[in-house]
Amino acid sequence: MRLWDIQTGKCLYRWEFPTAVKRVTFSEDDDQVVCVTEQRMGHQGAIRVFDINRDGDGTDQSKEPLSFFNPTGSKAVVCAFAHIPSLILTGHESGKVALFDAKTGEEVLCNERAHLDVVTDLQMSTDRTYFITSSKDKTARASTPPTLSQKPTALACIGLGYEACQIYDTRTLMVIKTFQTETPLNSAALAPNKPYILLGGGQDAMSVTTTSLRQGKFETRFWHKIFEEEVGRVKGHFGPVNTIAVSPKGDCYASGGEDGFVRVHHFDESYFRAKPYGDLEIEE
Amino acid sequence: MAPNSVNGVTHEEDVDGEIDYSDIEAKYKVQYDEGLDNILVVDGVPIIDKSKLDKLLARISKEFARKGAPVKTEDMFVPWNDSTGKSNGCVPSVLNMLLLRSLACTIDRYIFVEFKNAEDAAYAMATMHGHPFDAKHTLFVNRFTDVEKFANLDENWTEPEAEPYKPKEHLRAWLGDALGRDQYAMYRGEDVEVHWHGKPSQCEVAHKRTGWTDLYVSWSPVGTYLATLHRPGVRLWGGPSWESQQRFAHPLVKLIDFSPNENYLVTWSHDPIVVPEGMPQGPQYFSPEDEGNNIAVWDIKTGNLLRTFPSALPEGEDGAKRQMQWPALKWSADDQFVGRVTPGQQISVYELPSMRLNDKKSIKIDGVVDFEWCPHGDKDKEDAEKAIAAEVANQPARVSVINFPSRAILRQKNLFNVTECKLYWQNQGDFLCVKVDRHTKTKKSIFCNLEIFRVREKDFPIEVVELKDAVTDFSWEPKGERFAIISSNDPNLGNPGPGVTIKTDVSFYQLVRAKGDFKLLRTLPGRTSNTIRWSPRGRHVVLATVGSSSKSELEFWDLDFNLDEMRREGPNQSKEEWGVSIQHLGTADHYALTDAEWDPSGRYLATSASAWRHTLENGYAIWDFRGQELEKQILDRFKQLLWRPRPQTLLTKEQQRQIRRNLKEYSKQFEEEDAAEESNVSAELVALRKRLVDEWNAWRLRCKEEVAEELKKGGKKVEIIPEQPKEEDKEEIEVWIDEVIEQVEEEVVDEAPILLLQLADHAFGGYMTDLTTTSSI
Repeated sequence: MRLWDIQTGKCLYRWEFPTAVKRVTFSEDDDQVVCVTEQRMGHQGAIRVFDINRDGDGTDQSKEPLSFFNPTGSKAVVCAFAHIPSLILTGHESGKVALFDAKTGEEVLCNERAHLDVVTDLQMSTDRTYFITSSKDKTARASTPPTLSQKPTALACIGLGYEACQIYDTRTLMVIKTFQTETPLNSAALAPNKPYILLGGGQDAMSVTTTSLRQGKFETRFWHKIFEEEVGRVKGHFGPVNTIAVSPKGDCYASGGEDGFVRVHHFDESYFRAKPYGDLEIEE
Repeated sequence: MAPNSVNGVTHEEDVDGEIDYSDIEAKYKVQYDEGLDNILVVDGVPIIDKSKLDKLLARISKEFARKGAPVKTEDMFVPWNDSTGKSNGCVPSVLNMLLLRSLACTIDRYIFVEFKNAEDAAYAMATMHGHPFDAKHTLFVNRFTDVEKFANLDENWTEPEAEPYKPKEHLRAWLGDALGRDQYAMYRGEDVEVHWHGKPSQCEVAHKRTGWTDLYVSWSPVGTYLATLHRPGVRLWGGPSWESQQRFAHPLVKLIDFSPNENYLVTWSHDPIVVPEGMPQGPQYFSPEDEGNNIAVWDIKTGNLLRTFPSALPEGEDGAKRQMQWPALKWSADDQFVGRVTPGQQISVYELPSMRLNDKKSIKIDGVVDFEWCPHGDKDKEDAEKAIAAEVANQPARVSVINFPSRAILRQKNLFNVTECKLYWQNQGDFLCVKVDRHTKTKKSIFCNLEIFRVREKDFPIEVVELKDAVTDFSWEPKGERFAIISSNDPNLGNPGPGVTIKTDVSFYQLVRAKGDFKLLRTLPGRTSNTIRWSPRGRHVVLATVGSSSKSELEFWDLDFNLDEMRREGPNQSKEEWGVSIQHLGTADHYALTDAEWDPSGRYLATSASAWRHTLENGYAIWDFRGQELEKQILDRFKQLLWRPRPQTLLTKEQQRQIRRNLKEYSKQFEEEDAAEESNVSAELVALRKRLVDEWNAWRLRCKEEVAEELKKGGKKVEIIPEQPKEEDKEEIEVWIDEVIEQVEEEVVDEAPILLLQLADHAFGGYMTDLTTTSSI
């Protein structure tokens, strides 16, 4: 894991781990960073939280993590700080989404059947009270809300036969919205200030060469966050989209594709002006 | 019948008080296997004396062996008539004691033959029955058990009870739909669904069944029946309840074809008909005479088999088997005749419903390739003569229009340098177009002539439209005087490969009434379209690129765009502006489409991408005639979409005219309905959205409060929602950039040297505070 200075492009620090890092994320106040490493070659998958030392030129970072724990069960593949910095949210290979206590490493809450297949992305809302996940699974699910103190008790499911992306309440891990597309999803992002989400995917890397660009599976899709309806698409990539990030200000977004390109798109004037669903006041 | 019902009160009792079970016993009597199934009675054997017995048996054994049913002489048993000393006597035997009592008088020359098992016996019976033994004697073979069965047959004929009449459902009930909707059948995965299609709120599933068909579904020509294909045969369904209406037992049926008026059905199976032992017999089933044939003709109303034919494979010039033509039997427009071509020899026309050859002879035409019946037009009277157009492939090729049943040749034309000919009747039978693919002298390139016969005029005048390119598709406008062709000079034409999209030109032609010839209306160059789909009402046409992996465009055209104007200005005006009424209405795209079909009203077009052809985004889309997408469904394993055809209108010409005249009034009513529907839908949608937004906002608020509380409890000072967003801490940054553009040093002789500095400055945003820059060296 490396720490970079954005302005100069200088690598400030390197942390060495025995296995590959799957995901790193800053905390809300940028003071901490959390990372998840893969479970491989006898090493357990681990989640580490580091303090970022901003004194000096930034090269003086502590080698030892502030906290370290091994989540049990299915491999964790994505992680983020939850609404309370002491809680860490993880997405797992089995499709599970869970909350861990950063200090003790204890599983506080989990939604075992959030998705049916590997969680490919997990991104937080601006205030971290809800988050969005994407998955390669073939079934969208709605689950009854467990409370913070309880483990989930009952799960209801609707089989729909499509890949899905979902928005969850961070505190309860309850599914709030479900978005179904006909392609597997690699990434999902929330657009700040606008009620949209951005979805990217395509299909398995192995079947890319047999797919025509015309099928439109390599487009970034915009969906309405609340109505669960597709509102638009942006073309450009000629391979599956692997990752999408929206700028914190919400004025542009970047997508990285299997084709080797990172595309930075600035939203048009009309994106901010347009009210496709009329005058509706939607809370962020 | 003795009443023995459980609920009934009438338990008949005997005098002794014992219940009479005889009726039940008779009913449930076990049929004992008599174990004599392997014994046959061979009748018609010559009467001989004992001295010749061995010779006779050896001879019979030989005859049987020759037919593949070997039998040993030891297994033959010959009853002797002692009184005469010749065979056919009454030798007491375990086998025939019982039998002879009843048979001695009926059979005179017979022997018994025992086989290993019942199957061998059955085979021997089938092959040897009626076998000529010698000039005088013919063998008749029967089962030993049958003899007894028929001997005991009750000779009194009892009249079968007439079945009570069951009223049939109204097969055209769907036409009485109050909303005036059309139906379509959709086949996806194992499910067959029949949908209603109308305004968005009126679309619904009318009927749905899983595993309704094994192969595909098909509507009959005017939509009365839905046919499904199964391993044992074809079934027809219809009526509001979708009950089975008829079935036709043709095992492994692959193709079906209805006669135009739905009276008859033709079925085809790749496997020749076999009639195994024990098959049900009757007018609805194949009989042994049908064995080996592939094509069967059925009467739809009775379900009876009318006749079977072998499938005629056209002989290819180089001996290679060409694809079979389907439909193999061609129906005249009124179901009265059906014709069948024997390539190179003749056209055989059969009369319905007897299926006998008309006039007891075929129309002999050497080298005949194909023929087409003239369609029935609206203007035709009931017993109008039927014309057949036939083509002949000799050099020179010849096209003939033949009257039927008089068989008089009405018009003939010889054609030279012909590669291939195709016949296209306009659907009213007004015109016949013969598309002639001709080759140049070197036979290297192909070009096309269209020979158009104007059938309604005297002597059938022919007009030729010569084209430089090959024509890949030709289509008459239904009920119209126009046609569209797709032509191409693409070098890739004829060798399709993956990723090859052939460039084509689309041209429209129209009849010039005054001159009586066809003139080009307009050509649309540089297209990829390969399919023309005229609206069943004419006027609108869709050009589609079907079956291509890279192009899938749909173009919607209107050929009478300024029709209203033309009507207003009178017909004289339009003559000057030839071809201006063609208007492009819209372009659409349906990825990897494989089919395009208009609904019977000509208002909607359905395009589909079938899983039979490929597995890319299977599904269907429905468009209006302007090319606006109304519905699109991407469905895994989607196979087929078929609009339900409509029968011809029952309104008279006058009534139709009346409607057209008052169209404005009718349309007012429809427009009101449309508007009401639209506002209804949008109101619902707006309400739903408002509810969703309210729910979301409520949740967000609750969430924010709770999180703030939680954080407070956790002893953190974090304020999630600032009461009032404070004035943003604006940071003013002033950047001064000094750029030295020029530095000049001047030396004044009488003063001290001074340095002059020119500055160029750029300020970026913010306010300027007191800042002065001076610099000196």
